[in-house]
Amino acid sequence: MNTVIRYFKSLLLIELIKGLGVTGKYFVKTKYTVRYPEENIPKSNRFRGLHALRRYANGEERCIACKLCEAVCPALAITIDSAPRADGSRRTTRYDIDLFKCIFCGFCEESCPVDSIVETHVLEYHFEHRSESIVHKHQLLAIGDRYEAEIAAARAQDAAFR
Amino acid sequence: MMELFTLVWSWLHTEQPLSVFVFTMIKIALVVLPLTIAVAFYSLWERKVIGWMQVRKGPVYVGKGWLQPFADVFKLLFKELVIPAKANGFLFLLAPMLTLVPSFAAWAVIPFDAQLVISNSNVGLLYLLAMTSMGVYGIILAGWASNSKYAFLGAMRSAAQVVSYEIAMGFALVGVLIAAGSLNLSKIVLAQAGNTGVFEWFWLPLLPLFVIYFLAGVAETNRAPFDVAEGESEIVAGFHVEYSGSAFALFFLAEYANMILISFLASILFLGGWLSPFPQSFIPQDASWLWLPIKDGWWWLLLKANVFAFLYLWLRATYPRYRYDQIMRLGWKVFIPITIVWVLVAGVMVYGGWLVAGA
Amino acid sequence: MTFSLLLFYLFALVLIGAALAVVSVRNSVHAALFLVLAFFTSAGIWLLLHAEFLAITLVLVYVGAVMVLFLFVVMMLDVKAQPVKHSGQQYLPVAIGVALLMLAEVIALVGVGELDDGGGIQDGAAIAGLSNIEWLGHALFSDYILPFEIAAVILTVAIIAAVALTLRHRPNVRTQSAPAQSAVSASERVRLVNLPSSTAKGQTP
Repeated sequence: MNTVIRYFKSLLLIELIKGLGVTGKYFVKTKYTVRYPEENIPKSNRFRGLHALRRYANGEERCIACKLCEAVCPALAITIDSAPRADGSRRTTRYDIDLFKCIFCGFCEESCPVDSIVETHVLEYHFEHRSESIVHKHQLLAIGDRYEAEIAAARAQDAAFR
Repeated sequence: MMELFTLVWSWLHTEQPLSVFVFTMIKIALVVLPLTIAVAFYSLWERKVIGWMQVRKGPVYVGKGWLQPFADVFKLLFKELVIPAKANGFLFLLAPMLTLVPSFAAWAVIPFDAQLVISNSNVGLLYLLAMTSMGVYGIILAGWASNSKYAFLGAMRSAAQVVSYEIAMGFALVGVLIAAGSLNLSKIVLAQAGNTGVFEWFWLPLLPLFVIYFLAGVAETNRAPFDVAEGESEIVAGFHVEYSGSAFALFFLAEYANMILISFLASILFLGGWLSPFPQSFIPQDASWLWLPIKDGWWWLLLKANVFAFLYLWLRATYPRYRYDQIMRLGWKVFIPITIVWVLVAGVMVYGGWLVAGA
Repeated sequence: MTFSLLLFYLFALVLIGAALAVVSVRNSVHAALFLVLAFFTSAGIWLLLHAEFLAITLVLVYVGAVMVLFLFVVMMLDVKAQPVKHSGQQYLPVAIGVALLMLAEVIALVGVGELDDGGGIQDGAAIAGLSNIEWLGHALFSDYILPFEIAAVILTVAIIAAVALTLRHRPNVRTQSAPAQSAVSASERVRLVNLPSSTAKGQTP
């Protein structure tokens, strides 16, 4: 009896029609595909993208060369040299991040006592030479200057949770 | 202007060899050009439909997606046609043409409307069978002339598959011609005319043959889920693995023209061609153009063919590829016995007077 | 010279050329393709004679099926292009003899149509006022039903004999059984088990 039922099931193409039903259902479903370069999905304020070094409102750089970020970096991507500046304050002479090594974990940002090193929402960047993967201090500061408004807004949104 | 037109028109209808030749050429062009454009947009429609079924959007960039087929065509035309060093050059280039010619030639006997047919041949159905079986030459030669093992394997599979499914397809057609009593496609359509409209068509009395005809047609055109001839997961791309540029475009064109052909044939043979699905009593007999869309006409044929063309894509989006031995089993051990039995049933129905052509 | 006569000479030329090529080209695949061309051209000539059914059947059966299998075999055998061999000469006398005999037969048939004055060669379809194919169908299935059925039986016997001769049951070969595979249901392959969680609800492990 079971064989007969199975025979009729396969002969009447029941399972095949069920399969068509599944694809037919998805055929009329709303499509959520984002046309990426033209459209973008909203990003979290905690998004961890390209790094930046921030400044205070008076133009003074925040970084005090405490090297906590260098110590905490699990990928050993950060290299810092420091020396006293002319006014006697402790400053970095070198702040390099190897973006090929970086795993964008965000530990540097969390370890920073002065909110100097941050990860911005920028994810679309490129290099044209291998050596460009190491970004230097002046580049990081430039990124920070450029995106300061967005960075500050994202920190302000997240302030209640820190 | 109007006078010139009528002059040319009357000259075309004179029975001189030259005018007959020119008139036939015009008719062929009137079929082939829209067919080529239909193939272009069918490829776009396929990508769209499969995209939608996979919850994607399909092509959206070139002219909002509408110009995508033309982008594809120009890309293929400008690509270099690479002929492998050890290939048989002449046959390598002949193969795509041998595939294309039968798939276009078959359209000669397709009746689009009561009078709209290039050749109202009395052996139309046989001619169609002959033409669809010719297409396999291109595939075999492409596989052999490429001098590549993948192409050759694809060609062998395809040849065996097409020859096997042709038998089931032929038997399905035998059922139709028993029911219609003619090999002439226009007469087959007219044999499906009747008072109850959609219930007079052959799909109802010949339901198993209808299903088998379409499935065998899918197999005959080497489309998913019967596309072992291409089988990109195991034999790369089968018979056209060595082809590029315009030669590949010809294969592509032939395949899609064949798909559209099978869609038209299924509508003509089983769904009453250009006949309207509404019962005769439902259609008002006045000459008002308002009622034209629900009367008999070529638009019904296009609509029905569109349904089958969509079904092709739906099948491709739904089913995984058959394993080769299962394809052979399905063709020989399932389809052919069913068709033989139903041909017998059709014969009994016609003999017993339950199935009367054109009633 | 009418158009159909022109076509006839054209087709005849192509046919003779193709037939010569079949026996003279080195590459066996090319030879098979020339045979296809020869079949196709003779179908064209038959169409000129209004024998539509025969013409289309020739294309359908010989071009569409038989030659495909032929090509299949030729390709599978991997026959290399044959160099000209002197051994061909030993068949030459026989070949010439056969060719001369065929030529004599053809010459003997020249003008038979006029001589006989239609004393047996008539277009049955034209007399009955039917299309070629309808007349052929009526003739095959009424007047000649017995020979037709006998031919069918012989062909069936040939098919069965061919299968019986080549079918070998090899006992120790493991093969997949497609019907058994497609008949399985999920319940035969997967057992869904409801395992209770080892920790109580709301408790972290």
